[in-house]
Amino acid sequence: MLDTLLPILLFSALALAAIGAVRRVRLWRQGRPSSVPVIKGLMQVPRRYLVDLHHVVERDKLISHTHVATAGGFVLAALLAIVVHGFGLDSAILAWVLLAATTSMFLGSLVVAKRRSPPPSRLSKGPWMRLPKSLMAFSLGMFVVTLPTAGILPEGFFQSGAGWLAALALTGVIIWGLGEMFFGMTWGGPMKHAFAGALHLAFHRRPERFSNRTGGEHRSTGLKALPLEDDTAKLGVEKPADFTWNQLLGFDACVQCGRCEAMCPAFAAGQPLNPKKLIQDMVVGMAGGTDAHYAGSPYPGKPVGEHAGSPHGPIVNRAGGALVDAETLWSCTTCRACVEECPMMIEHVDAIVDMRRFLTLEHGNTPNKGAEVLDNLIATDNPGGFDPDSRLHWAADLNLPLMADKREAEVLLWLGDGVFDMRNQRTLRAFISVLRAAGVDFAVLGNEERDSGDVARRLGDEATFQSLARRNIKTLSQYRFSRIVTCDPHSFHVLKNEYGELGSAETPADYEVYHHSTYINQLVIDGKLAFKAWKGGSVTYHDPCYLGRYNGEYEAPRAVLKALGIEVQEMARSGYRSRCCGGGGGAPITDIPGKQRIPDMRMEDVRETGADLVAVGCPQCTAMLEGVVEPRADIKDIAELVADALVIEAPAEKATQSKPAPAAPRTVEEVMP
Amino acid sequence: MPHDVSNTSASHSNASGLNVTVLVSVGRHPLTARARRADQDARAVEMALTLESTSVNLLHAGQQDSDHEAAIRGYLGMGIDSVGLIEQKPQADVVPALAKALRASASQLVLTGTRAETGEASGVMPYLLAEALGWPIITGLAAVEKIEQGTAVVLQALPRGKRRRLRIRLPAIATVDSSAPPARQSAFGPAKRGVLNLHQEPSEIDEALSSWHIQPARKRPKRLKIVKSSSARDRFKAAAAKADGGGGQTLSDVTPEQGAEAIFKLLKEEGVLR
Ligand code: SF4
Ligand code: SF4
Repeated sequence: MLDTLLPILLFSALALAAIGAVRRVRLWRQGRPSSVPVIKGLMQVPRRYLVDLHHVVERDKLISHTHVATAGGFVLAALLAIVVHGFGLDSAILAWVLLAATTSMFLGSLVVAKRRSPPPSRLSKGPWMRLPKSLMAFSLGMFVVTLPTAGILPEGFFQSGAGWLAALALTGVIIWGLGEMFFGMTWGGPMKHAFAGALHLAFHRRPERFSNRTGGEHRSTGLKALPLEDDTAKLGVEKPADFTWNQLLGFDACVQCGRCEAMCPAFAAGQPLNPKKLIQDMVVGMAGGTDAHYAGSPYPGKPVGEHAGSPHGPIVNRAGGALVDAETLWSCTTCRACVEECPMMIEHVDAIVDMRRFLTLEHGNTPNKGAEVLDNLIATDNPGGFDPDSRLHWAADLNLPLMADKREAEVLLWLGDGVFDMRNQRTLRAFISVLRAAGVDFAVLGNEERDSGDVARRLGDEATFQSLARRNIKTLSQYRFSRIVTCDPHSFHVLKNEYGELGSAETPADYEVYHHSTYINQLVIDGKLAFKAWKGGSVTYHDPCYLGRYNGEYEAPRAVLKALGIEVQEMARSGYRSRCCGGGGGAPITDIPGKQRIPDMRMEDVRETGADLVAVGCPQCTAMLEGVVEPRADIKDIAELVADALVIEAPAEKATQSKPAPAAPRTVEEVMP
Repeated sequence: MPHDVSNTSASHSNASGLNVTVLVSVGRHPLTARARRADQDARAVEMALTLESTSVNLLHAGQQDSDHEAAIRGYLGMGIDSVGLIEQKPQADVVPALAKALRASASQLVLTGTRAETGEASGVMPYLLAEALGWPIITGLAAVEKIEQGTAVVLQALPRGKRRRLRIRLPAIATVDSSAPPARQSAFGPAKRGVLNLHQEPSEIDEALSSWHIQPARKRPKRLKIVKSSSARDRFKAAAAKADGGGGQTLSDVTPEQGAEAIFKLLKEEGVLR
């Protein structure tokens, strides 16, 4: 009986899976077009899976091994089962391999089961709770049914006497296993992640993220420009179907592992955001329905089951009650912790900014101070609404060399909007004294500099970002410099990774940009700086998101601190797992309330190290962390620490190098009578 | 004339309801002098948009160039489909053109800012327009409470947060100052897509204006009022006290003629009228 039944079961499960696959693909194809190299992409899947995806999964060794055993066992077992049982190929060798594969899968599923008893809060329950059992059903069923073929049980064992009963039970188990593993894979069961995940790897919207044989850095973190020229096109994402099809495919690949949730600072602070739920909501919207079946942690403070959507219905309603609430989208600090952790390589930040773009550019609904900040950026080129001609007032005594006078310099020092902030002015002063001590030939843009556009872009105002960026690019194109150095990781990121796309043939915008920590480290290596011994207390270092996760610079700041004689007391969450200070993505501007504040949590991390001082490298981090009430550790920028430790060389030598620009002050512009 | 104000629809394109025209001008940012939507005019648009079952029309008279267009589009970004543009020369007096357009329209309520941010910015335009149209004018509109039977019940803002409830006969002109609720955000997409309906109108050149010499105002230092008092309470009272206008008289229970007579006399005394 089994000999006839098994092929029927196998092939009908495969046929159903194929139908499901077509339906699923049609769901994705509701999205906007996006061209991808199909064959090339599919060819890349094994490498992207084995190298890039595993690089992320491997951060949890146990689960990584479990996944290899289970998934590897399954893929092998499924293929062999089709050959051996589907086509009835009577080969003892293949049967033995099949036995080995199912054994591996079974062992893997034991670990999966153990991890889920009881499940940690970040994992989803519901159908996911039955997955380990389904894995066992498939592996056990296939194992037993293969025993006769392998010659362990006599041929025809299942046709005789008690064998009949066993066969009946076995059929049930196999139907369960096949149902979950083949049918469920394309009809929306937990195994969907394997099907969608493989295709997502093939057609990822950021192919540059993946490594290749030549090695090198593979990072793709800059937001993609939104074309604004078309007068009729809707700007941003209003409905699930407004995402590109491969973004929808990416959402569908989510395994609900909750690693993003565990890392998300907004979720931890009790703000109404959970990146995992957000991705699941996009899946709900793509397929149509309500979020009532979602079985993971909700958005803090928002019960599950009250939101519903459809592929062509709005994601956010002005009045609320659609697929997600606007405040969910505005809670994100764009810290990228979720993207960094996601084993399925899903791009949460892209999706969030896409939806914000619609809210800002089409609805005109940026919350709290958002509208004011954007208006200021439009009218005064800085978020605070300060007079753009007062950019250098803080440095009246520093005689900063201006690009407008010098026309060329080795280093263009990008000051950023911190020039209007008294705290950040201290950092800038410190860095300038470091540059002068090292005899660096530098100049600033002064009043010609504008906001880099970072905050406008993260608030969804692509139009203002592009306007600021284009004007900055034009200004920069007038001058000759070898590199841009800045103390602000946000400007750093935008100049380095997001301006390039907006450059043109006449005004290319591919700059060599350094964060000041990297540049100081270079000066130290070149022996241009000499330091006194460090006499302070213990120090920890806070990685800014836009320097670390966005740009992979974890080493230089630590190297500089080491050169100062500081031994860094690392926080539990540092490096690529650093917790955001809460200052990115316009989050302090949109200011969505939660149960606690993100910087408070970060200072708690600092306190756990027992450090007396946190070294930082970002004006936002400085402001956010210093906003935490005392008693707390002191906050100092790396530039300040370096400047404090400087041993200035003999003045004779110094005079020639760091003599400020020609004493003639710039002719004052236009004085009203 | 439509009488009922339905409470069900908040749509501003409901043609059956009240017809509101907002006069909008090109603003100027106080620090950078960049063209933008004028703050008070934007508040007027905001007020019109929050009125229930009204159809809102925007009207601008002025010259056409890209800077102006961007500023005018700022109003469209508040969620309005089109704006009427009456093209005028730079030195034109826009009152006749506006009066003509308003007379031709079915507008019952005209809203605008108290004072423009560019041009003469004398704040007299609404009065001249009201005179030309023969409509009543109310200044410092803080809220429109209800509209019925061809009249509107409105709140007028007075200094120091005081409010006065008035009933005015429509059609009327009302000006809005910074005591009105702030304008909503202007969104880039609708601003870009909105339609500019251009009308040509002959410009009546303001002869006086063209002979004027215009220069930016100089900031004058303000004389500090030194309050000699010992207690904080006194200083607070001094700071919050109304500026006393000295003389003046309050007329009540007088006929309109007597009232007009008194005003006329005062204007003569002050040299406003000759
Ligand atoms: S989005 Fe990624 S990290 Fe988050 S639950 Fe899904 S697969 Fe896991
Ligand atoms: S970017 Fe950061 S704040 Fe935003 S969803 Fe991801 S982890 Fe949360």
